Amino acid sequence: MSSRFPKIKAARRIAALLCDFAPLREEKFHAKAQSRKAKTLFLLSVLFFVSCAGKVEQKQAAQAQPQPTPREHLRVCADPNNLPFSNERREGFENKIAALVARELHTDVEYTWWAQRRGFIRNTLKANECDLVVGLPTSFELAQTTAPYYRSTYVFVYRKDRALDLRSFDDPRLRKLKIGVQMIGDDFSNTPPAHALSNRNIIQNVRGYTVYGDYAEANPPARIVDAVARGEIDVGVVWGPLASYFARRQKVALEVVPVAPEIDLPYLPFVFDISMGVRRGDDALREQLEQILVRRRAEIDSILDEYGVPRVGKG
Amino acid sequence: MKRPRPVGFICSKSLSLAVAVYVAFLSLSCSSKPPQESRTPPAAQPQTQSSATGGASVPSFVAAEEDGQWTMPAKNYASTRFSGLEEINAGNARSLKVAWTFSTGVNRGQEAAPLVVGSTMYVVTPYPNILYALDLNKPGETKWKYEPKPAAAAQGVACCDYVNRGAAYADGKIFYNTLDAQTVAVDAETGKEVWKTKLGDINKGETMTMAPLVVKDKVLVGNSGGEFGVRGWITALDSASGKISWRAYNTGPDSECLIGPNFKPFYKQDQGKDLGVASWPPDAWKIGGGTVWGWISYDPELDLIYHGTANPGPWNPDQRPGDNKWTSGIFARRPDTGEAVWFYQWAPHDLYDYDGINEQLLLDLPVAGQPRKTLVRPERTGYVYVLDRATGEVLSANPFVHITSTKGVDLKTGELIHVEEKKPVMGRVVRDICPAAPGGKDWNPSAFSPRTGLLYIPHNNLCMDFEGLEANYIAGTPYVGANTKFYAGPGGHRGEFTAWDPVAGKEVWKIKESFPVWSGAVVTAGDVVFYGTMEGWFKAINARTGEELWKFKTGSGIIGQPIVYRSPKDGKEYVAILSGVGGWAGAIVAGDLDSRDPTAALGFVNATADLPANTTKGGTLYVFSLP
Repeated sequence: MSSRFPKIKAARRIAALLCDFAPLREEKFHAKAQSRKAKTLFLLSVLFFVSCAGKVEQKQAAQAQPQPTPREHLRVCADPNNLPFSNERREGFENKIAALVARELHTDVEYTWWAQRRGFIRNTLKANECDLVVGLPTSFELAQTTAPYYRSTYVFVYRKDRALDLRSFDDPRLRKLKIGVQMIGDDFSNTPPAHALSNRNIIQNVRGYTVYGDYAEANPPARIVDAVARGEIDVGVVWGPLASYFARRQKVALEVVPVAPEIDLPYLPFVFDISMGVRRGDDALREQLEQILVRRRAEIDSILDEYGVPRVGKG
Repeated sequence: MKRPRPVGFICSKSLSLAVAVYVAFLSLSCSSKPPQESRTPPAAQPQTQSSATGGASVPSFVAAEEDGQWTMPAKNYASTRFSGLEEINAGNARSLKVAWTFSTGVNRGQEAAPLVVGSTMYVVTPYPNILYALDLNKPGETKWKYEPKPAAAAQGVACCDYVNRGAAYADGKIFYNTLDAQTVAVDAETGKEVWKTKLGDINKGETMTMAPLVVKDKVLVGNSGGEFGVRGWITALDSASGKISWRAYNTGPDSECLIGPNFKPFYKQDQGKDLGVASWPPDAWKIGGGTVWGWISYDPELDLIYHGTANPGPWNPDQRPGDNKWTSGIFARRPDTGEAVWFYQWAPHDLYDYDGINEQLLLDLPVAGQPRKTLVRPERTGYVYVLDRATGEVLSANPFVHITSTKGVDLKTGELIHVEEKKPVMGRVVRDICPAAPGGKDWNPSAFSPRTGLLYIPHNNLCMDFEGLEANYIAGTPYVGANTKFYAGPGGHRGEFTAWDPVAGKEVWKIKESFPVWSGAVVTAGDVVFYGTMEGWFKAINARTGEELWKFKTGSGIIGQPIVYRSPKDGKEYVAILSGVGGWAGAIVAGDLDSRDPTAALGFVNATADLPANTTKGGTLYVFSLP
C-alpha cells in the first residue's frame, strides 16, 4: 500500500481540523501529489494552524452584515450531566457562554437536554429541537460551525507529589508508568492519546476508561481524573478542559501539562479548534454568532479562564 | 468545507442487533389443533429431488409432527425455521393475498419474529418494547397489550437502535427482554406481568435486544453493548420466579466464565488456564465485550446449549494483542449450570468487527461418509462452518461470499488464516476488504428444509475501504478514528439470498438483491421460502429452483423474521412478517441520518445512501394467505 496517499489525506484533514483555511485546502490539496509535494504541503498545514486563529478574526470582520431575526428564546441543546461543559444546573462554561450570547441577542436561553453521544446532533439540532450547540470541533460535518473561539489540547495529568514532569509521548518512562486513556468504542475510533500510545507499542501498561462512564453518576467522563488522584493510574492523558477542571477539585494536587508533540506525525492531532454549531443553512444565526464571538471575545476568554480551560496558540 | 465525521449516528452494531431464540414443548395450548385442510394440492414435485436433498437432516429431537404454532423465533431447538405446513406451495403461491395487518405504533426497526401459541399471536415492538396479544379468532383484534415502560435513562443515553429480536413462549408465559436490560415474564392468557428481573444498567451502556431461549426451567438471555465497554455474559433465569440461576461471562477468569474441569475445547489454542485473562493486556478484559446479542440453540440429547459471543470492544485491535478470549466465538454449555463444555473461536483477535453471534442450525450430516451430529453456522467471516456439535471440531468451512480478508480455515488447527495486506492499520489506507464489518452475513437468521436438504441464507455482498483520519466529538471529548466506507461487492448488488447445500459445501442457487438482505428466512413443507428486502418487498421463492413465485410491497423496509402458522379459526396456512426498516443497515432511514456523510452509522450510509428514496419508516405486521 502506498504511503503517499495517507499523508496527503492526513494533511488535508489536519488543515480541516485545525484551521478553517479553505483556499489552501480546496485548491492546492486537490492536486494528486507526488510524495515530495505532499510532504511540503503537510508541513505548510502544520505551520498554518499555528497562525490561523488571528486570520479567522480578520475573515469575520469582512463578513456581510447579518440580518438579525428577533427570537423568542435562544434554543440551545446541551448535555445535562457533563461538567465543565454543561449541566442541568447551568454550571458549565458552555452554559455561561450561552447566557452571554442570549444577552447579546436580547433574549434568554431555552435548553433541550440530551446526552452528548452518538445521535446527539441527529436528535437535537437536526430534529429542530434547538438552534445552537455551544461547543463542537470546528471541522465537524453534521453541523455548520462558526469560526473557532478556543483551541485546547490533550494533557498529561498526574499527581504533583509524583514530580513526574512528563511532557512528551516520547518520554521513555511512559513504557513503565500506568497510563489511563479514555475509550470511545466505535470501531477503530479512539481518543488521540490512545492511538499515540498504541502506535508506540505502549500497550501492557495502559488502562481504559470509557468516556461514557456510568451516566447515573455526576459528570461520568471525569472518572479518569479521579483515578489519577486515587493513585489507580500514574498518569491520565485527557482532553484539557475536562482534566483541568477536575484536577482542581481533587483532594490532592494534580499537575496538568499539555502533551507534546501537538501533532503526532504523520497524522494524529492532539490539539483541536472548538466552535459553536448551528443547523446547516442557518446562516442568519451563524452570522450573529460570528459577530458576538468577535465582539465579546474578552468575556468569553475570561469565562474559559475561570474554568481553567487550557488553551494553545492564543495570541 | 468541514470534513470530519459527525457525532450523530447510530451506534454500533451491537445495539443494532441482538438476539435469540428459545422455547419449550408447547404441549399446552395447542390442543385445539384444527384438522389439516386437504384442498391444497401436494407440494410441487421438485425437478431434482433426490440429488437436492444431499443427506442433510434434522435431528430426531425435533418433533416430526407440525403443530401449526410458532412458539420461539427459530421455530425449534435446532433453529431450522422450517414449517411443516404445505397448503401454500410453489404451484399456488402466486395467489397469496394480504389477510390482515396490524400497526405496532412504533416506527423503528422491526426485527422480531411474531409468535403464535394456540389462538393468539404475540408481537414485541422495538423500544418501548410493547407486547401485543392479537386474537387469531378475530383477526386484527387485540386481546391485551403489556407495556414494560423501560427506562429511557437520561435522554440520549440509550443510544442506538432500539431493536428487539423477539419473545419466547413456555409454560403459559411469554418471556422477552427490554432495552433497559430487564427480562420480563408475562402471563400469556391475561397479559399480567409475572416477574421482571433487572440484569444490567442502561446508564452504563448495557442493553438487551436478543430473544430468549427457554430450556427446561431456565430462561437464557444475554446482553448487548460491547462498544460501551460492557463485559459480555449469558444468564439463566428461573422461569417460574425470575431469579438468576447462573451467569457466565465471556471474558475474565475461568471461574467467572464457568470454565471448569469438564471444559474440553477441541483445539489447543483454546486449552489452558484463565485464557479469558491471559489473552488480553492486563485488565483489558474487564471492558472487553464478547456480549451475547445473538442466537442460542439447544440439543436435548447432548444436553448442550450453543451461543455465540460478540466482538471484542471497545479496544482497537492494536491495543489488545492476543486472541481476546472468549470473544467472537461459540460456547457449548450445560443449560442447568452454565458450565462450559467446549469453545471455538471464529475470529481470534478480531480485526474487522466480525461479531460471532449468528444463528446455529443443529443438523445431522454425512461427513466423509459418516453421519455426524453437526452445528451449521453461516458466519460473519464469510464461511459456512460445519462443526461437530459434541466436540467443537471444525469439519468444514466453505466461503458463501466473496472474501479477501482471509484465506480460509485451517481444518487441522481450526485457525482462521488472515491476509496480511488486508489488516486494518490506523493511518494506512486499506481498500477492498471483503466482507465488510457486517460480515458475509449478520444476525438475521437462515432456514433449513429437511425436504430439500438446503440451507437458505439471507446475507450481504459488501466490501469496505479503511481510510485515514476522521474527527468526532462525544461528551465534550474530541477523538479520531478510521473512516470506513461500505459498498457493494462483486456484481454491484449489496444483498444476496443463497440456497446452500451443507453436505457438498456449495451454493445451489442465488438471488441478487439491490440492498443488503437484513430479514430472516422461513421455509415450508410446500417448498416455498420467504424473506423480505429493505425496500419492503416480501417474497415467496421456490425452495428448489430459486424462482420468484410472488412478491408484495409492504409499507416499509423489511428486517424482521417471517413465520408460518395454521389458523385455529379456519385451519388455513398463514405467513406473517413485520415491516419497518431500521437496524444497523436501515439506520439511514430509521434514524434520519445524513446521507451526505458516508461514515454515518459506521460506514453503512455509504452502502445504503439510496435507501430513503426506496422506503420510509414504518412498523406494521402483515399476514398473508391464499384466498
